[in-house]
Amino acid sequence: MKKVFQRTVGGVAMASLPAIVMAADINIDGEQQATNWTAIAMFGAFVGLTLWITAWAARRTKTVSDFYTAGGNVTGFQNGLAIAGDFMSAASFLGISAQIFTDGYDGLIYSIGFLVGWPIIMFLMAERLRNLGKFTFGDVASYRFSPTPIRSFAAFSTLAVVLFYLIAQMVGAGQLIRLLFGLPYEYAVMIVGVLMIMYVLFGGMTATTWVQITKAVMLLSGASFMAIMVLAQFNFSPEALFARAVEVKTGLAGAGGAAPAEAAAQGRSIMGPGNFLKDPISAISFGMALMFGTAGLPHILMRFFTVPDAREARKSVLWASTWIGYFYVLTFIIGFGAIVLVATNPAFLAPDGGLRGGGNMAAIHLAQAVGGDVFLGFISAVAFATILAVVAGLTLSGASAISHELYATVIKKGHADSKGELRVSRITTLALGVIAIGLGIGFEGQNVAFMVSLAFALAASGNFPVLLMVLLWKGCTTRGAVAGGFLGVLTALVLMILSPSIWVTVLGNETAIFPYTSPALFSMAVAFGTIWLVSVLDRSPRAAIDRSAFDEQQVRSETGIGASAASVH
Amino acid sequence: MDPELVSRIQGSPKYQELVRKRTRFGWLLTAIILVAYFGYIGLIAFNKSLLAQPIGSGVTSLGIPVGVGLIVFTVALTAVYVARANTEFDRLTREIVEEAGQ
Repeated sequence: MKKVFQRTVGGVAMASLPAIVMAADINIDGEQQATNWTAIAMFGAFVGLTLWITAWAARRTKTVSDFYTAGGNVTGFQNGLAIAGDFMSAASFLGISAQIFTDGYDGLIYSIGFLVGWPIIMFLMAERLRNLGKFTFGDVASYRFSPTPIRSFAAFSTLAVVLFYLIAQMVGAGQLIRLLFGLPYEYAVMIVGVLMIMYVLFGGMTATTWVQITKAVMLLSGASFMAIMVLAQFNFSPEALFARAVEVKTGLAGAGGAAPAEAAAQGRSIMGPGNFLKDPISAISFGMALMFGTAGLPHILMRFFTVPDAREARKSVLWASTWIGYFYVLTFIIGFGAIVLVATNPAFLAPDGGLRGGGNMAAIHLAQAVGGDVFLGFISAVAFATILAVVAGLTLSGASAISHELYATVIKKGHADSKGELRVSRITTLALGVIAIGLGIGFEGQNVAFMVSLAFALAASGNFPVLLMVLLWKGCTTRGAVAGGFLGVLTALVLMILSPSIWVTVLGNETAIFPYTSPALFSMAVAFGTIWLVSVLDRSPRAAIDRSAFDEQQVRSETGIGASAASVH
Repeated sequence: MDPELVSRIQGSPKYQELVRKRTRFGWLLTAIILVAYFGYIGLIAFNKSLLAQPIGSGVTSLGIPVGVGLIVFTVALTAVYVARANTEFDRLTREIVEEAGQ
């Protein structure tokens, strides 16, 4: 039946689509029940597998180092896969394929922006981070700076980024579970929260890393299969796929009441950048947030401390960017495949013409279109594990912000024992899990992609400027870094609230005070400017210590002499 | 770290060579990726229709090879850095560490 629809629903036949949808809808509910059982079985198997990994890892998690950085024993290849796993989040997989499904080419702008941060990390930061750090980026920043203020900033900015990122993932997970199991949204979010707490609490970084690796491999294979199945229908000719997608979009626009010329233009529009970034400043600012945000994400930075040395850190970046780049090419094909196979199939459409289960579910429906119920179950289970693993990694870096930055250094003044620190980070994990469940429920209607870009903008405005200046500029002082970091994050937060997405859409005001899509261009300028100005004017005794310790920091960051080694099991 | 060791390493010609070469190489590649990426973003900001232009008589637009090409270029540039770092920079680092008696 699906095949019949794909063939007959062309441009002209689109007009009768609503009637078909109404008729088909009754059928689908019956069918959906059967689908659910397959999906549930796949889910059960996958969750069981990841729990087994957690249990295995728990036996190996004895020290703080094990908990935060898997003992520093992860290889570059493994870490690259785990980083790719961290990065191929629900927002990437579901969000970007959905963006392509709706707007076509615009989705690729997201993909490229998410990817180009990696070379920056590689060329300027990765090796130095590995040589200087121990567990967190606060360790790096406090190498030559006064620990209390700089770690307070690290904890603040890490929690801010983690929280916004967490909300996005929780909302995505909730929608996915609701679609597949028909569970109420609140229960769906709670299940995600409880599982996430279990992974982090018992397994720590070892479990999180292995769950990421497992999931990255399965997601890459699943996405490859989908892309191949889509291309196979067009004799592996992308041109034929694009041509069909344009035809489908033209048909949809025509069915929506557009005149033939206008419908053709709308169909064509999916092949070029559209209305996603309207003005030049938004485009540049958004581009900056994506590029530099990557280099400031705490859960990504933390991954550089899980490898034994700078060489492995380098390898992990290369593997990570290779997998991520490959994945984004697949996502592009999947998005266009969804236009061709999902948008034309009434089985996947809601009565109002949108996608069943919400706009983010394009890739999930495509899985069913190309691989049937079993593959739908597989992709859903992988997508769910994706969210779980990303959420676990985020929670872990949030927990480290509290236990390692605030508890061990600021409160205990560096005299906390490993056991106490581990206890605090586990309590924090529990608290973060509960907060994430609450916020996930509270933000149900929020746009997932927007929340992620907000997290990126915050990371680009706080962590990234501070880290870059700490690593590379001798004149940078504690006061400068802390003032610039705080101001950058606060500017980003305030401008985000004043921007159209929150000020108009959420708060219901008439016009936005800040008219652009992303604050990064302005907040990054504030951060860098403040760090420079305050540092230059800083004449305090502490500033002299900060500057004079640069040489030692540089020797260690360049050569790795004195860097913390992997723990021995 | 021992201040005497720090100044000894800093004085070593090999260390200076490593820092100079790596810093220059890192910033050069950073500049290349910045120009490539913000050039692309600039096209989206100022000249959307160029990327939307079809290639030949088909529907595939110029933006698709450009975008996919940028993805491949990003990974390739990263590989270029790793190739040099894993050979030349690592060798220098090893020599510096040996010289320092660490």
